[in-house]
Amino acid sequence: MSDPTPTSPDTPAAPPTADEIYRRICALIEPFNKKGVAVTPQTTFAGDLDLDSLNVMDLVAAIEDEFDIILPINRLPDLETVQQVADEVASILKG
Amino acid sequence: MDLFSKFDDLIAERAAVLGNGGADPFELVMDEVVSATEAVVDGRPIILAGTYNYMGMTFDPDVIAAGHDALDRFGSGTTGSRVLNGTYAGHKLLEQRLADFYGTAHAMVFSTGYQANLGICSTLAGKGDYILLDADCHASIYDGCAMGSADIVRFRHNNAEDLARRLRRLPAEAGKLVVLEGVYSMLGDRAPLADLVRVAKDAGAMVLVDEAHAMGFIGERGRGVTEAEGVEDQVDFIVGTFSKSVGTVGGYCVSNHPKFEVLRLVCRPYMFTASLPPSVVATAAESIRLIQTRGADKRQQLWDNSRRLHGALSAAGFQLGTERPESAIIAVVLPDLETAIAMWQALLDAGVYVNVARPPATPFGMVLLRCSLCAAHRPDQIDAIVAAFLHAAEAAKLDLSGTRRADAAE
Repeated sequence: MSDPTPTSPDTPAAPPTADEIYRRICALIEPFNKKGVAVTPQTTFAGDLDLDSLNVMDLVAAIEDEFDIILPINRLPDLETVQQVADEVASILKG
Repeated sequence: MDLFSKFDDLIAERAAVLGNGGADPFELVMDEVVSATEAVVDGRPIILAGTYNYMGMTFDPDVIAAGHDALDRFGSGTTGSRVLNGTYAGHKLLEQRLADFYGTAHAMVFSTGYQANLGICSTLAGKGDYILLDADCHASIYDGCAMGSADIVRFRHNNAEDLARRLRRLPAEAGKLVVLEGVYSMLGDRAPLADLVRVAKDAGAMVLVDEAHAMGFIGERGRGVTEAEGVEDQVDFIVGTFSKSVGTVGGYCVSNHPKFEVLRLVCRPYMFTASLPPSVVATAAESIRLIQTRGADKRQQLWDNSRRLHGALSAAGFQLGTERPESAIIAVVLPDLETAIAMWQALLDAGVYVNVARPPATPFGMVLLRCSLCAAHRPDQIDAIVAAFLHAAEAAKLDLSGTRRADAAE
């Protein structure tokens, strides 16, 4: 840990497109989708997917690792739908 | 619109679970408390195996005498904040005792352990700072984070690599506070503090460790996992409580930070509440002194009890929260809430009180019957607890030959 600069050699030079971000998030949601809900951009985590606060935070950890970002859990109250999370991830990736 | 509608699911679930006419595990009344390990419920004697009264100080004659004396001399309450009229000589003595116990320069006493975490977490890290907390941290830490303005990042439980990965993603110049616990209260598992603290320090973060479930009996002097893991000189803040090993109520934070005292002027859960009553302060101070000077035998007894219960329940086929006894909490993992409540009732009928723990307090959606041991438990009481568990398992038709685990996201 002598070099504190974030380095991830595997990250491609071009940031993922909005569509790709959405698809990758959908894939991460699947293990949490116990009710087998058909996920759309408008699907909500608490309501449609019936995730409790711990499930949501575990999903956030998976999203953080997928995109090598930090998504602080204090911002979660504003992120109710899959599309809102995808937009937030896109915005974080842009910096 | 009834504001209570949002609780309808919980009300229905509770009614369904209690439909068989049993007692409510979350509304038990202790009619009498006979000793640190015995109470009377509904006219029947029960063994207390779920009270966090680790060092059995609640009925210590010197502790009681100290409380009586303070009650007589200083009255029933301070009726005021620590920063106004609520700091008595006893509060300062208690803070000195804590500083002596931990060997730190500073100690700050709060009215509850919950408020200590609420106050320290919400005040230390502000806008633009980051708090990195272990996923299994106590609700008081989460609530302290929610109350403050820092960005909150959660890392996987006891996973130093996961913490390191998240620290690397943060701006190098940002203020960072890593919040850990010595012992996690749901499963009774211990943190690998040496690894976690090294990762935090390498990233330039400050470290806070909550030793609520370790103070008194872990580490040579009972300072907690921080002491046991040899990282006292690297941990910036230790938070703790008087409501477990110390045997009364209240919370504290100790530190060597040269500017620590300023927190008394900016920490809202410290300022905007009444200070602890003089009798509580006196019992805490005496209890800490006794743990410090005469705690060694009790520590030994507590560990003997913990090993005895863990060994017997494990041998009987129960699935436990930890493979080995890592603390004085022995958690029995159950397949569902119905089984847990049926067993809890059978345990109570057999004369043993333990805690029911359920999501979201528990990790992985687990339902637990949690025992916490006391140094004052006698070996025959431990054996009675084991016998009651076997009886309860039979009553609830729990299969002890193979174990199931209720993971939330498999």
